[in-house]
Amino acid sequence: MYSFEPNEEQKMLVDAIGKYAQNDLRLAAHDAEESCMLPKKLISKGWEIGLLQASIPEAYSGFGDRSAVTGVLAVEELAFGDLAGMLALMTPSLFATPILLAGSEEQKKEFLPKVIEGDWAPYTAALIEYAYDFDANDLLTTAIVEGGDYIISGEKAFVPYAKDAEAILVYANFEGSTQGFIVPKDAAGLSVSDDREKLMSLNALPLYRVKLDCVKVPVSNRLGGEGGHDFDFILASLRIASAAAAVGVAKASFEYSMNYAKDRDVFGVKVAQKQAIAFMLAEMATEIEAIRLLTWEAAWKLDTGKEGAIKDAFLAVTGAADMVMMVTDRGVQILGGHGYIREHPVEMWMRNGRGFAMLTGLAIV
Amino acid sequence: MSIEFETPKPIAQIQFVLKTVAENMMRSQSRAFDENEHEIPFSYIEFMHTAMRSMGGGSLAPKEEKQKEGGELKEKRPPIAYQSLAAQIEMLSWGDVGFYLVTPGGGLGAAAVQSAGSAEQRAKFLARFAEEKPTFAAMCMTEAGAGSDTSAIRTRAVLDEATKEWVINGEKIFVTGGDKSFKEYEQFGKGFVVVWASIDPTAGRSGMRAFVVEAGTKGVSVTKLEHKLGIRASDTASIVLVDARVPYDNILGSPTVEKTTTGFKGAMATFDATRPLVAASGIGVARAAVEYVKEQLAEKGVEIRYGLPRQKMTSIERDVIEMEIQLRSAWLMVLKAVWMADNKKPNALESSMSKVKSGDVVTKITQKAVEIMGPLGYSREFLLEKWFRDAKITDIYEGTGQINRLVVARQILGYSGKELR
Ligand SMILES: Cc1cc2nc3c(=O)[nH]c(=O)nc-3n(C[C@H](O)[C@H](O)[C@H](O)COP(=O)(O)OP(=O)(O)OC[C@H]3O[C@@H](n4cnc5c(N)ncnc54)[C@H](O)[C@@H]3O)c2cc1C
Repeated sequence: MYSFEPNEEQKMLVDAIGKYAQNDLRLAAHDAEESCMLPKKLISKGWEIGLLQASIPEAYSGFGDRSAVTGVLAVEELAFGDLAGMLALMTPSLFATPILLAGSEEQKKEFLPKVIEGDWAPYTAALIEYAYDFDANDLLTTAIVEGGDYIISGEKAFVPYAKDAEAILVYANFEGSTQGFIVPKDAAGLSVSDDREKLMSLNALPLYRVKLDCVKVPVSNRLGGEGGHDFDFILASLRIASAAAAVGVAKASFEYSMNYAKDRDVFGVKVAQKQAIAFMLAEMATEIEAIRLLTWEAAWKLDTGKEGAIKDAFLAVTGAADMVMMVTDRGVQILGGHGYIREHPVEMWMRNGRGFAMLTGLAIV
Repeated sequence: MSIEFETPKPIAQIQFVLKTVAENMMRSQSRAFDENEHEIPFSYIEFMHTAMRSMGGGSLAPKEEKQKEGGELKEKRPPIAYQSLAAQIEMLSWGDVGFYLVTPGGGLGAAAVQSAGSAEQRAKFLARFAEEKPTFAAMCMTEAGAGSDTSAIRTRAVLDEATKEWVINGEKIFVTGGDKSFKEYEQFGKGFVVVWASIDPTAGRSGMRAFVVEAGTKGVSVTKLEHKLGIRASDTASIVLVDARVPYDNILGSPTVEKTTTGFKGAMATFDATRPLVAASGIGVARAAVEYVKEQLAEKGVEIRYGLPRQKMTSIERDVIEMEIQLRSAWLMVLKAVWMADNKKPNALESSMSKVKSGDVVTKITQKAVEIMGPLGYSREFLLEKWFRDAKITDIYEGTGQINRLVVARQILGYSGKELR
């Protein structure tokens, strides 16, 4: 059957998350971006909604089952509030969800309760590398086997909360394919930059450069245990999260600029009454919906194990990166000079928008 | 309910059947009928008619399931009827969109009766499509001076109080299937055209009504067949009405003019139903183009490597991946719009949005496909250049891309036609 309507549970969750996104994340976004600081209380409040907790089975101290569809619905809502806030809130998922999806039984038992039982705690993951042609399937960071352990070397970029992280899931190139390794915070050879990464946007999110200088981890720390795991599924889950976030940011910019256009007088009418503006808005709405549906379908395929899920997730995020750039650019354009001023959020969303082409790896569903 | 994308079994089955039809009855003749404009593909028409009749109807349109309930006849549409229709149209257009447009069964004319007519009118005018001979109907809105601005139509209908007949005068152009619907062919049954006319020019849109004009009505004639960029198997006719007399009961909707705009709303309701179907048709053509490009590349040993960062893709990989993204997302928008129709949710926004999207992407996809294939794309030896020409109509009829943008913009902004012209 085809259906485009979330189930009751999803509606309730999305509703709760939507309120938090608008009443909390959105209101804090401007100051957070300017001051480079997200209030701890803000994140804790979001954590209490229990998005990650609800995706982990009872056996590991959670209270539900993971659904990529639910995940993308939630991420869109959160990113509609604020992208940096969403990424901060969901950082622990970067660590926990891959363990849930691909970890060994021991890894799940050991780590999942730790991550979700208490308050929000900085567990994180390191995927992105500092290369113009960064490729998640062809990493520069390497893992080799030596004396029954794995030795990991390389450098990771844009790692959220790395400084305070209890443990980092580090992705490395092992014999030509990408594998995750759980690296505890005190591992010898692991060093985190003192300074935070400074990007075009996401000032509020603490991101760090992480160096791994022959970091040794036992076989049991390889994601999935000695036999390892399939990275495709994890990457697809990262990609649809990114796509859903792009939809959320685009929707934020679209709604804000539409409301502005309905209010702004030019030449004796509202500027939204001019086709040049109205058509831009119509196209923005159309493209947002197109990518939203593409993302939903990819998520549904991941949930149901359908053929083509991995490819579809790739198509979704690729389309999303273009869509969000187009939409957020127009968001600024529709406000004219006012759009360029940091008092309005559209310029921040435009900066957010450019990031989606390179930021897959910062959120997962 | 939950979010799902599983193709329902009945839809998958009919797609499978129609794919065979597309390959054997359509693709094989595509080129010939493109080169011989205005020839009629009788074999396809006969075949489709027989096939549709054997399945219980004479058209692709959703069947009305008559159900007895408390002694009264209640109409019930299966909940996936529009979804199925969109899938069928997509597949037939994948075969050949020109042929699809000459599928008997009433097309836009029947759709107008369906959405603006009374139960008796539906019974009276739509029964013929299930009869022995393939039968056509068409919709005549456009005039030389009134295209996008349908409210500018000049065709007039005046009631002759003495005979209780409507007397219609006017000139319609660009009527899809107008020739087969109106002219007498021994192979075809008696069709009709639905003519939009004003019963009160001072009332503007509120005065607009649709009339069923039976084939052969005196005073009505087909005066011209257009020569077109594409969809050449489909006739595009001019129809002139000079003192054409039509029975009183052939008016769809109220015979009197109220202050409200009910007449025009009838046309608009038809569009909500048909726009996603037109979008679906365009998507079929574009899918043909994408598949062709991928097959040709594969034959030459060019692999599309999904999953790479853009920096590592070839230009062709970028193009093909972009085509796939656009094609699939446009199709999902169509599915959502028809799913809403099936579930009785108002879908004016989604319907026009799917048409905007599809009009955009099918033109871009087919243009890019010809570019990628170079001389093979441009040559009439293959069908790709034809699909490029066929696809363009998607962004023009059933509301141009601009008109559908207006509809979408008005919907999202909450504006009336006056506030956003
Ligand atoms: C092959 C074919 C089959 C057709 N079949 C049928 C049929 O079966 N029945 C029928 O009734 N009609 C049919 N049509 C007519 C079709 O619907 C019209 O051609 C179409 O609506 C556009 O009208 P027009 O050609 O007069 O262009 P115009 O209305 O003159 O438009 C010219 C340009 O101006 C733009 N434009 C117009 N108004 C606005 C506005 N308010 N804001 C911004 N831009 C605007 C248009 O998008 C277009 O780009 C068919 C046309 C073709 C080519």
